[in-house]
Amino acid sequence: MTLTDTQRTTPVIEVDRLGVTYGQVRALQDVSLSLAPGRICALIGVNGSGKSTLFKALMGLVAPDTGGVSLFGLPIADARRRQLVAYMPQTEDVDWTFPVSVADVVTMGIYGRLGPTRRLREADRTAVDVALDRVGLAELRRRQIGQLSGGQRKRVFIARSIAQDARLLLLDEPFAGVDRTSERTMVSLLKTLRDEGRSVLVSTHDLAGAPALSDEAILLHGSVLAHGRPAEVLTPDNLARAFGQAATTPEDEA
Amino acid sequence: MDVLAFLLEPLQYGFLTRALAVTLAAAVVAAVLSCWLILMGFSLMGDAVSHAVLPGVALAYIVGIPFSIGAFVFGAGAVALIGIVRSTTRLKADTVIGVVFTALFASGLAIVSATPSQIDLMHILFGNVLGVSAGEVWQVLVLGAVTLVVLLLKRRDLTLLAFDRTHAHVIGINTRRLSALLLGLLALTVVVGLQAVGIILVVAMLVTPGATAFLLTRSFDRMLVLSVSLTVVASVAGIYASYYLDISTGAAVVLCQALVFTVVYLVARPDGLLWQLGRRRRSGRTGRGSSPARSGGAVEAAPPGDPLPGRARTGDPLTGTARSSDA
Ligand SMILES: Nc1ncnc2c1ncn2[C@@H]1O[C@H](COP(=O)(O)OP(=O)(O)OP(=O)(O)O)[C@@H](O)[C@H]1O
Ligand SMILES: [Mg+2]
Repeated sequence: MTLTDTQRTTPVIEVDRLGVTYGQVRALQDVSLSLAPGRICALIGVNGSGKSTLFKALMGLVAPDTGGVSLFGLPIADARRRQLVAYMPQTEDVDWTFPVSVADVVTMGIYGRLGPTRRLREADRTAVDVALDRVGLAELRRRQIGQLSGGQRKRVFIARSIAQDARLLLLDEPFAGVDRTSERTMVSLLKTLRDEGRSVLVSTHDLAGAPALSDEAILLHGSVLAHGRPAEVLTPDNLARAFGQAATTPEDEA
Repeated sequence: MDVLAFLLEPLQYGFLTRALAVTLAAAVVAAVLSCWLILMGFSLMGDAVSHAVLPGVALAYIVGIPFSIGAFVFGAGAVALIGIVRSTTRLKADTVIGVVFTALFASGLAIVSATPSQIDLMHILFGNVLGVSAGEVWQVLVLGAVTLVVLLLKRRDLTLLAFDRTHAHVIGINTRRLSALLLGLLALTVVVGLQAVGIILVVAMLVTPGATAFLLTRSFDRMLVLSVSLTVVASVAGIYASYYLDISTGAAVVLCQALVFTVVYLVARPDGLLWQLGRRRRSGRTGRGSSPARSGGAVEAAPPGDPLPGRARTGDPLTGTARSSDA
């Protein structure tokens, strides 16, 4: 996809005074932020700080009670319809016993471009093959997804967003339960995607890994505590505010 | 008696060929639908819709309109009611389903008991496939064909919805409309299946074939094919069993499906019970304890004794956990 000039300059994500509540629980309050194209941004915060809620708001899955979100200068629904956004589910939200193969899942990435019955043309098959190749899963394309390792499972969903040719990737805790080697493979994959002009928002608990991964970081705690270069954001002061006094290295989620 | 005569004898009776047509049509449609139902955790929804149509059927008989119209209105109404109560309370889906369908079923019973002479309750509850008229056969065939065509045309979207609702939403699919379509088709399938096996047993046709096929394969397309072919075998066997053994047709068909399930459950590789026991004995003998490493991955995540292997999904199967702000 070639980018028009406006696509190169308009912010990918523009969140304006966003507030989200679940019944009595205020999950996000007065969140404003903006993300430029071609950046990897780490979203950092303790359990319950509103990371997943922010993702849901970006996808239009929760209704904000104040403020709003636009993606690529468009209302969320338009951005979705244009296949601009991809989401990688958390491992525990996926039914790994579901009878689909690796190639089936990656093919779901291009459904938005297909006709009403989602019948594949030759070019679509090629797009799926290319995506599988890029994440190194071409050999395993016929495997049922439950028969993959933790790192391979993550790469299936990255391949799906590559096939979709999405401009913004939303990854909620992609490194949970993945070993260092797989994490490094994924990080370099995400960086090549960024170098193609795509933007990546990644939530993570991994403070040590954040600077190596990301161009910028957001420290979230119901609202935005800090946003900037990782080194500026992850100061002891800020971390104490986000994670409480005792824990500069918060417990990882199980 | 030779085989050919054995197979042909029942077919000389018009009522039996009609029964065969109705049962096969209903069973095939239900078998296709069941593949999505069991993957989405919607089995109970099939039970609910089938019970909820009773007042519709009763009223249709009283008013004198085709029973399928009454059944469809109440089936779809039950789905809508469950959806509304679900999204406006904190109650879990199975609770809401339990409240709604028993209420509707009871009102059906009340209507029937208030007008005893007009309706044969037993026929509605347990089916009366041997008594269907040619007109009713056509009703079933047309409704069944329509349902089947829509299901097959939308099969890729339905599989996506079952597998990853969030992705479907993110690529611009209206997931509410798609769920509504699936549940509408469920109501239609129940209407079709009523004639064959009745209200009580129609849920078996909506669950057992998909469950059997799921045990046999890890590919959805193959699951569809297996579900349909096994159900055809079971339905034909059921009709013949009912003729020669003189037992209720609906019961015979459902029993044959359950028999196929049982056989598959015992012998299908590598998850069949007999294979599992075999492996346990072998690994016990070599003293290596239980061996989780094997070719099948479907139950790998389940600790021994987990009653619901791999089913720990967090989303609400009916409405999705989240509301859509701009769909
Ligand atoms: N469906 C819901 N209903 C009610 N409250 C919710 C719901 N989802 C989240 N919350 C609350 O909103 C707040 C933010 O939750 P969220 O899931 O966004 O946090 P998170 O940063 O993703 O946490 P984690 O690191 O544990 O994934 C928490 O206080 C949580 O309890
Ligand atoms: Mg979260």
